[in-house]
Amino acid sequence: MHTNLESSLPTGPENAPIDQQYQHKTPFQLAYQRFLKNKLAVVSVFVLLAIVIVCISAPLLTSQDPIETDVFNIEKSPTDEHILGTNGQGQDNFARLLYGGRISLIVGFSAMFFTLVIGVLLGSIAGYYGGKVDSIIMRGADIMLMLPFLVLVLTIMAVIDKVTIGLFVTIIALTSWPNLTRIIRATYLSLREQEFVLGARAIGASDVRIIFKHFIPNAIGPIIVNATLMMATYIIVESGLSFIGFGIPQPTPTWGNMISEAQNIRILRDHPEAWIPPGLAILITVLSINFIGDGLRDAFNPKSNRR
Amino acid sequence: MYKYIIRRILVFIPMLFALTIIVFGLAQLAPGDALSGKSLADPNVDPEIYEQQREALGLNDPIYVQYWNWISSAAQGDFGNSLIFNGRSVMELIEARFANTLYLGLFSLAITIIVAIPIGIYSARKPYSMLDYGATGFGFLGLAIPNFFFGLIAIYVFSINLGWFPSQGTLSSPGVSGFDAFTDRIHHMVLPGITLGLAGTATYMRYMRSEVLDVLGSDYIRTAKAKGMSERNVLYKHTLRNALIPIITLMGFEIGVLLSGAVITEQVFQYPGLGTLFLSSVMNRDFPVVMAIALILGILILIGNLIADILYSIVDPRIRYD
Repeated sequence: MHTNLESSLPTGPENAPIDQQYQHKTPFQLAYQRFLKNKLAVVSVFVLLAIVIVCISAPLLTSQDPIETDVFNIEKSPTDEHILGTNGQGQDNFARLLYGGRISLIVGFSAMFFTLVIGVLLGSIAGYYGGKVDSIIMRGADIMLMLPFLVLVLTIMAVIDKVTIGLFVTIIALTSWPNLTRIIRATYLSLREQEFVLGARAIGASDVRIIFKHFIPNAIGPIIVNATLMMATYIIVESGLSFIGFGIPQPTPTWGNMISEAQNIRILRDHPEAWIPPGLAILITVLSINFIGDGLRDAFNPKSNRR
Repeated sequence: MYKYIIRRILVFIPMLFALTIIVFGLAQLAPGDALSGKSLADPNVDPEIYEQQREALGLNDPIYVQYWNWISSAAQGDFGNSLIFNGRSVMELIEARFANTLYLGLFSLAITIIVAIPIGIYSARKPYSMLDYGATGFGFLGLAIPNFFFGLIAIYVFSINLGWFPSQGTLSSPGVSGFDAFTDRIHHMVLPGITLGLAGTATYMRYMRSEVLDVLGSDYIRTAKAKGMSERNVLYKHTLRNALIPIITLMGFEIGVLLSGAVITEQVFQYPGLGTLFLSSVMNRDFPVVMAIALILGILILIGNLIADILYSIVDPRIRYD
């Protein structure tokens, strides 16, 4: 081991004592280490990966078509051919569960991605420049938050004739940026006053460079955590809207419109195998995303004490 | 503080104006109106009569005139007539449903408070106990389960299989009155009320736990204990009074969450409230009703936020807003 003399000498990171090695880790590596300590979050990563892989490999797991209707096989109980039976249009429930997972996950992910782009962009502009631009953007956010999210989205859906996946994602992203924008703006307001920003400006860094090189990396913790939790929310939102008939329309399968079959009392009563699996799929997916989000929050913010 | 409250109320006015513009604008964006759908479906309708009808409904006026007509009568509680329900007045339709949604919302809020606050306190006093772990697990589940899926399971288990509670409506038969009607109403609200309150219960339980833990760790609680105050007095006189402050102010924001959730929950239970009326009006493009409900919900939320902000400035005078 090291003597006192040795450890006081400057050495390379490989030979340094453990606490000194720790100093050389990037914030990301530190966060990664803390994340690995949260067992629930790590297990959730694997559960989520398993769900994604199963949905991607849908054609390998079932030979049934999720869209093809079969009028002679309506509301059938499970058989070897149709593992979870068929729905009101004679479509295979198991195939719809797998292919529907793809749509639900894609919708959740892309809605999250576009909200992130809009939210970070507007939040950055508002928080960095302040003044008039800031108040215009934030008043816009206030106005968007005045109507309950669902009421706003439903009113917009009423205006639109045919909802497609792209349109659906756009509507979600355009109506739900305000929360993220507020969070990012608040982070920037405190960053703006710090001296390294003044330093960066003094050596001639452009606004764009300061935002991308200094501000976003400093706000990356809240951004990633919120993005994760947003994706979980959007999966629930998609399923809820599809359930009441305002989401992705038939024949495209999603977990939400599979559950909406249960509005028919016969299916609700006699065919729980048709609507319980997609519900459980949503529950497990959202639960694991939330656990991952919590793990990330603790990983990026070591001061947050889990109690 | 009074200055802040007055300023906060003044901000309310432009917000209200913006809200009316949004609601009106969204309705204007709609392709066609209730009449265009009908006339296309029926080729026998004389285009001239159709045009007269449009003129009579004011659909041909310039936009600002339509907005002014709508807003000035809305201010007097007149939202025009429904385009679908044989021209019944929108206010009449809403009045019939509003009370139902109000009862359901209050009922689910009551469940939330009765369940979440005691469990939250217990969890904080005995952290890492069995009940605490159970409550935390329930909290995660309650926030992850889509409420319509929970509602369907509740119907499947408690209504279809066990037959304990009705699965839809507000009253078993319209004839009942007096105390019987009251208990019958409650009986009908149990399942939708729990479904609607689930997410809120989970949220408030977590808030309550962390608030009580925060207060329990503070110096004045240690002082109170050190001077020999009984455990019970420490809890009721010091801990709860301080821990409940942020919870009470949060209730103001809860209005929006409850009203939003009611749209889907009411649909699951076919509960004749504002939510189901809103959904059917959206489907039928009955825009006078859609606009009226969106406006009423928006105003309720604005008022809820206003109350929450004002309460917050009263209970926590340290906050400065300049």
